[in-house]
Amino acid sequence: MSQFVYLYRSGARPTRSAEQTQQEMQRWMTWLKELTDKGHIKDPGHPLERSGKLVTGKARTVTDGPFAEAKDVVGGYTLVEASDLRQATDLAAGCPIFEIADGTVEVRPIMRIG
Amino acid sequence: MVAALTRVFGIHNLELAEDVVQDAFCRAMETWPFRGVPDNPSAWLMATAKHRAIDVLRRERTARTFAPELGRLLESEWTLVPMVDELLAGASIKDDLLRMMFSCCHPKLREDVQVALVLHILCGFGGDEIAAAFFSTEAATYKRIARGKKVLAESKRLFDLTDHDCAARLPTVQRALYLLFNEGYHGASAESAVRADLCQEAIRLALLLLDHSLTARPSSYALAALMHLHAARLPGRLDAAGNLSSLFDQDRSRWDVHLVDRGRQLLDQSASGPQITEYHVEAAIAAIHANAARAEETDWNRIVELYNLLMTIRPSPVVALNRAIAVAQSEGAERGLEEIQAIAGLECMADYPFYHAALGELEHRCNRWAIARRHFQAALARARNPMELRFLQQRLDSCA
Repeated sequence: MSQFVYLYRSGARPTRSAEQTQQEMQRWMTWLKELTDKGHIKDPGHPLERSGKLVTGKARTVTDGPFAEAKDVVGGYTLVEASDLRQATDLAAGCPIFEIADGTVEVRPIMRIG
Repeated sequence: MVAALTRVFGIHNLELAEDVVQDAFCRAMETWPFRGVPDNPSAWLMATAKHRAIDVLRRERTARTFAPELGRLLESEWTLVPMVDELLAGASIKDDLLRMMFSCCHPKLREDVQVALVLHILCGFGGDEIAAAFFSTEAATYKRIARGKKVLAESKRLFDLTDHDCAARLPTVQRALYLLFNEGYHGASAESAVRADLCQEAIRLALLLLDHSLTARPSSYALAALMHLHAARLPGRLDAAGNLSSLFDQDRSRWDVHLVDRGRQLLDQSASGPQITEYHVEAAIAAIHANAARAEETDWNRIVELYNLLMTIRPSPVVALNRAIAVAQSEGAERGLEEIQAIAGLECMADYPFYHAALGELEHRCNRWAIARRHFQAALARARNPMELRFLQQRLDSCA
């Protein structure tokens, strides 16, 4: 088994009714539970705030992250176990993030030493 | 939760209170799939909203004025957190709900605006749901809510129940809850699930009136009694095929006996004080129906007497129509028809499908099929939803 990180990216969240939001949560729960039951979740990870700071350059300039408007903000991560990149990618296809505009899952193998 | 936060922020900051609650809700929806649902989700939501509220108070206390009567206590770090804790504790939340309810029923607002506000702020219904329940468009509903919020914002703080005009505003509040319940019970909305929700919310809020010594008046007990006794009949209103069933044909074994019992208790409790309200009379009528195991066993004479009383308290063509139907039950269909012809303001009911249906029903009993058919056709043309349509079609077919 190899380990992978899923990085969930999306644009600004559309405003939706309480019911729609609840349905979306339900879809995430179902998907994560399914992966957990199959033993693929190493760590469910966390959702991330959509605000923060950006430190850049040799001068370590600190700016407010322009996260709110960007279309590809990392909104959360999960640590996954799969036999290979292909399986990890297949598993990511069930993620509910594709229901919202600009939603992507970046599947990145964790670099192994030795 | 919105009501409690509005107490903290001041009613002119209602939108801010709504934002904080919305934010707490969104946080829950985002974190729960990853970290699991907490053991006590509502406590979690409350705690999250509280933290956000404290953040907002800290950040904005120089820019905004919050609840003026709490001003000083929210300014100091020493009192801020304990104050918010106390305000969001269980017992004071009930009071805040009541105060919010009275605030929403501002005399400057039209009845439909009051009801929309109560549904939106106290019951958490979205504009689309309210629009569906009241057969209105979403845009019109949002406009109505916005207009209501503007008036609320002008009042600066939540209505104080110890105010001298609490007694004066109570009837307005009761009326709004009564309309809310009726909309659920008789409403034109097709979706039966939404309608049961409306009834439940109306009952919840009516019971809240009984929790406070200043609002637990005999009329409030009568209102709650009326709602329980009517809600008890909800399971029987649809037959096995999901079709609307009239009071005469309902399978009364499906009526909810617990609700009937509770309604009777409340009706007993309402029988104090000198004033008889329309809620007393309507609850008494509902109790007589509940007493009859079969429609034929109903004490129609007593019901006619009660309708006579109701006509002196709150006369309306629809009440008069119901009275005429009761007369028809006790004295025969011809007498019922005479009573209908004698109703003052008959023309107001021209678009009310059940006015035409009542005429059809009574003509049908007098064996005048052709005339009955015409009335049922008129009723059918005015049906407001598929359920009424099917019901009236069935009645029309019975005249063949």
